[in-house]
Amino acid sequence: MTAFLALIDRDLRMAYRFGADTLASLLFFILCGSLFPLALGPSPDLLRHMGPGIVWVCALLASLLPLDRLFGSELEDGSLDLLMLTGLPAYAVAFAKMIAHWLTTGLPLLIAAIPLGVMLGVKGTELPLLLLGLMLGTMCLSLLGGMAASVVLGARRGGVLLPLLVLPLATPVLIFGAASSYAGQLGTSSAAGFDLLGACLLAMLPLCPLAAGQGLKAAVG
Amino acid sequence: MIPQPPSSAPPPPILDVRDVTVFRGDRLVLDGVSLSLFPGDAMILTGPNGAGKSTLLRTISGLRKPDGGTVDRQTEIAWLGHQDALKPGLTLTQNLALAAKLGKNQMNEVLEALDLAFLADLPARLLSSGQKRRAAFARVMLSGAELWLLDEPTVGLDVASIERLGAIMAEHRAKGGAMIVTTHVPLPLENTRSHELPSLANSEPLWLS
Repeated sequence: MTAFLALIDRDLRMAYRFGADTLASLLFFILCGSLFPLALGPSPDLLRHMGPGIVWVCALLASLLPLDRLFGSELEDGSLDLLMLTGLPAYAVAFAKMIAHWLTTGLPLLIAAIPLGVMLGVKGTELPLLLLGLMLGTMCLSLLGGMAASVVLGARRGGVLLPLLVLPLATPVLIFGAASSYAGQLGTSSAAGFDLLGACLLAMLPLCPLAAGQGLKAAVG
Repeated sequence: MIPQPPSSAPPPPILDVRDVTVFRGDRLVLDGVSLSLFPGDAMILTGPNGAGKSTLLRTISGLRKPDGGTVDRQTEIAWLGHQDALKPGLTLTQNLALAAKLGKNQMNEVLEALDLAFLADLPARLLSSGQKRRAAFARVMLSGAELWLLDEPTVGLDVASIERLGAIMAEHRAKGGAMIVTTHVPLPLENTRSHELPSLANSEPLWLS
């Protein structure tokens, strides 16, 4: 457990030291969301109706940005060998990196979703639903993204493959997440959306680190 | 009744490699390599480029599985790869923080021993290649592991640093530690064992043989 927490701590310190990756994701998220009113027109009703969907799509795309470096930089400089020799199983190394990815990308996106949602006209009563859904959704995206990043590790043009792998797999998360966020506007129950989103998270929680661990083993072997 | 002399059976090896075979793609890299290592041993792996020295070290470390044969390791290892694994923007101390947290030895003692204490707060990007190599070696010392696997530890080091490294290695062996070292330059170590790996670069691909 000490090694697991030490690994997360190491990644958080590195993210603090190299804040550019987190900042790039946040700026992309805000900028991408800000482009929609320019393209769709300034109608408040339209933007409010589309707001949760826009936030979800932007969050999905923004969480992809740092994935290429998640394991890639560790492989390039030899750090991955050392991480694999800490005594932790490969899936635990992958899981620690996924948790660090969520803390340094998913959590800041969650916070940035508040001003973006307000800017798009999402009502105060609908924001908690959007944020709760995004919290579960970004966790799923970190797990899926970490798995895909480890699978393409060492492959030529891995950066191109990454979104092609992640985006189709993230489709259920996007559908259920957006459905739960729209419940406030449509006056329906958000329970079904959250249940399905939670089910996705519970399924990914054991499977993605296991798959990612195999990817890491193959990359260093 | 005549008293029996105490048993003088040799200690069990801390590492026993038996008939290890490794393929990389369809090329045979290691062909039936066997070696044993006992406490206090220092084994120098020699062989031409591409003979599989690094591959053998990676196989012993567990980073890759052998395609044939067995690796029986009875102790923890410390690893020095041919890359330094230093993040350029982090200071030396920050780079070594994880190894210090998981290892058994003290950071300041190790940095003193490697003459790196005065560089502790300097970003790794400002270090010379020799200083980076010593910093990477600091991880090995921090770990306190019994078996050291060192892949070209002297790359970029000056004569004084190689002498210092030799003294540290000798001290480790005196404490009962062991090491396997790949190197192309002579190391200031006494009573080393040598294991030469033949080059299999011209061996036929698997699909031809």
